[in-house]
Amino acid sequence: MEVKGNVMVLAEVRSRNIHGITYEMIAWGRRLAEKTNVLVDCLVLGTGEGDWEELVRRGADRVMVVNPGMLDNFLATPAASLLVSAIRGEGPDILIAPATTYGRTIMPIAAARLGTGLTADCTDLDIDPKDGLLMQTRPAIGGNIMATIKTPRTKPQMATVRPRSIKPLPADSGRRGEVVMKDYSLDGEWPERFISFIRSEESDANLESAEIVLTGGKGIKSRDNFRQLGELAGLMGAGLGATRDAVEAGWAPFSCQVGLTGKTVAPKVYIAAGVSGKIQHLAGMITSEYIVAINEDPKAQIFKVADLGIIGDAPMAVQELTQAFRRHSKKGEGA
Amino acid sequence: MDIVVLIKQVPSTANTRMDPETGVMIRDASETVLNPLDEHAITEAAGIKGRFPGSTVTAITMGPPAARRVLLEACARGADRGILLSHKAFGGSDTLATSRILAAAIGKAGGFDLILAGEKATDGETGQTGPMTAAFLNLPVVTFVNRLDVEGDSIVARRLVEEGEEEVLVRLPALVTVVRDINSPPLPTVRQYVIAKKITFPVWGPQDIGMEEADAGLKGSATRVAKIFSPRLSRNTTYLEAGSEEKMAAAATAILEVLKVRDLMKKGEGHGS
Repeated sequence: MEVKGNVMVLAEVRSRNIHGITYEMIAWGRRLAEKTNVLVDCLVLGTGEGDWEELVRRGADRVMVVNPGMLDNFLATPAASLLVSAIRGEGPDILIAPATTYGRTIMPIAAARLGTGLTADCTDLDIDPKDGLLMQTRPAIGGNIMATIKTPRTKPQMATVRPRSIKPLPADSGRRGEVVMKDYSLDGEWPERFISFIRSEESDANLESAEIVLTGGKGIKSRDNFRQLGELAGLMGAGLGATRDAVEAGWAPFSCQVGLTGKTVAPKVYIAAGVSGKIQHLAGMITSEYIVAINEDPKAQIFKVADLGIIGDAPMAVQELTQAFRRHSKKGEGA
Repeated sequence: MDIVVLIKQVPSTANTRMDPETGVMIRDASETVLNPLDEHAITEAAGIKGRFPGSTVTAITMGPPAARRVLLEACARGADRGILLSHKAFGGSDTLATSRILAAAIGKAGGFDLILAGEKATDGETGQTGPMTAAFLNLPVVTFVNRLDVEGDSIVARRLVEEGEEEVLVRLPALVTVVRDINSPPLPTVRQYVIAKKITFPVWGPQDIGMEEADAGLKGSATRVAKIFSPRLSRNTTYLEAGSEEKMAAAATAILEVLKVRDLMKKGEGHGS
């Protein structure tokens, strides 16, 4: 019988640190590996700093640290070369990576060099019980359709996965695993040199980590109304989101855009005001714990994903909510 | 400086509407546009050409014969020539096969210093074709670039990443994918279109770029679409009808309750006054 390769997950390295999104990838890895009875290998490229044991506690069977300390900063050519070397060395059946600027840059390079398939931005992964192949599901054609893609003839089957498409597993201090250090020699000189990294002051990270996200769409109707929505978000302590329509209307900056081309959020409560609910938008918020939708069109698709659906005018809702919050804050001050 | 810009014809989202019964997008197939991020790539190429006299800009696209329209637009926006990769053997290509075709075409057209592309297209939204094409050409790639400066035989490129911006120095030749912050594409003038219309675009198939048909199209693709389905979306929705101010006030109270039970209400933090 053919030896089955493992499920390999690529750790997200940002500024030498392992980013928490890696635990999500490991959670996907575990789900797939348990269906095929193989191990989960977590691959760390080029950094020597990290809590490898934590990766084991989160579900990895083996942590493979490749050329530790070689890449203190991200450079696509050497990072992709290390990835290709590790794939050739280990022969995984499946390789998944986060659909971040990191994963979306080196995974395509590696896939092309290996001549294998890669599916971008998957929101769901599964194993087909009939043929054992990886089912890579993503929103397709920018439309209201999901497509399941397979890579039938080549290995590994590669996919990048949307952030927050799965909950990380809780740390299990009883889990045991192996930590392996590897060194691959890279040929030639790199044509790139790292110059600098400047951390953004913007609240990008705040939107993605906010417990409440308040998003406005076309139904907010005007720039002024959108500004009021922003004030309400401030009152609520919510992250401010916007649909593509609202961004294209110039009401909000691109950094606020939630959806397939923008950010993915998964807050405890997501409030969509005047949002129609196109699949591109849903892809960016569908894993929110509780969804409130406000729309005057009772047939708006956003209601299909809502826990609480309010059929009414979005700007009016912004006003009423603002008043309700002001009353609440006053009460708080008085108490 | 000789520059290639990779461009794509995509369906126009402005003409997309939803089937009220099924919730499926309906698209008028005849309505296509130049991929928006590609406008930025062409504008950047035209800017570099302006700063380095004697530069050339070649737009390359793969698609049906009608895709020559985006080559025309590219020329109106500053490209000097365009190449259309169009052949039935190219049909059904995934990003791997597409990149192999583009790389072969760039190799055939020959001798470029810089290849620019939009970070992704609005139809597939994979962002894979740029890095894959670079890999097939064995060139370095810089993705998500929002600022580009040419310095001697190198470029300094600034990448927009999740937590900030990083700058890299890359020796040419290289491939760069751009995001929308890099520039503001002006609308081409009628005069620019008139000039562009005089340009003829060669149409290349597999033989013209020295490629086996089996490496292109569906045959040359590593991925297959196994199924397409409408997402199951439904949760158990509680509806509140809020057609009047009173009813909306009640709805607002309901939203506050949702936050309260999840312990998400800020209590008296001085936002009131």
